[in-house]
Amino acid sequence: MLETAFFNLFAGLSIFAGLGVVLSRNTMHAVMFLIFCFFNAAGLFFLLDAEFLGIILILIYVGAVMVLFMFAIMMLEVNVSKMREGFQQYLPIGGMIAVILMIEFVAASTTGVFTEGAKATAEHFAQDVNNTKEIGKVLYTKYLLGFEIAAIILLVALVGAIVLTIRGRKDAKYQNVSKQVNVRREDRVRKVSM
Amino acid sequence: MVGLSEYLIVAAVLFSLGVIGLFLNRKNVIAILMCIELMLLAVNINLVAFSHYLNDISGQIFVFFVLTVAACEVAIGLAILVSFYRLRRSIEIEDINTLQG
Repeated sequence: MLETAFFNLFAGLSIFAGLGVVLSRNTMHAVMFLIFCFFNAAGLFFLLDAEFLGIILILIYVGAVMVLFMFAIMMLEVNVSKMREGFQQYLPIGGMIAVILMIEFVAASTTGVFTEGAKATAEHFAQDVNNTKEIGKVLYTKYLLGFEIAAIILLVALVGAIVLTIRGRKDAKYQNVSKQVNVRREDRVRKVSM
Repeated sequence: MVGLSEYLIVAAVLFSLGVIGLFLNRKNVIAILMCIELMLLAVNINLVAFSHYLNDISGQIFVFFVLTVAACEVAIGLAILVSFYRLRRSIEIEDINTLQG
């Protein structure tokens, strides 16, 4: 069936891209693999009738966040060979923890709770169901507070990122307000005995 | 018909890849940030899959919030990295020890 084929395609490619992110030697290649992974995850979202989130994933993640990553990598001078130190050293313990974690997750998700019964399969929505509209109906009513908190978090991150990276010009003639306020009479006026 | 457990397995594999990447790329802050992104993506796939199979749109709202927080985290993390690089000319984890933590 076509849906299964597309699921296999997107799932396989996203796992392949995830492997690429972890194993690639060049950080820029890792970013490219991560972008590929996000595209395939967006495909999975489309298969799950979440068109809005799939498009959001491509627009925000690929369009903004990964471009920011690339920008940071190009600005910073990364010593690749130094960065690879300890790769072999941490492979056993990291691999062990990840494999145990994966076995647990897979065991949990293949139990009868998720593979049988009404929850195991779901029909696709009818063509006239609008995912964006449905999200909007809930987001602006039930989750309005969360939505506004998310907006404030974004604002704080915006201001924080600017404050962290701002670099004042040396030749600009700013007034140092705290210095002006803290000035005392003794700093400016000097008694001279004639 | 693709079942719920298939999506959960894909998400589990992606999450485990993120975890193993955290261990393998311990020297590289940018790679660590990317592995965190991978793990958040796996969580998002889980949330969307449950939202579809339980027929409840709330899961997708939570993906929305996770995306917001992840975007903020990346912006702040990279800003800290850039300002640290200006200070020290290096972004290696070993050099980030000013707090003696």
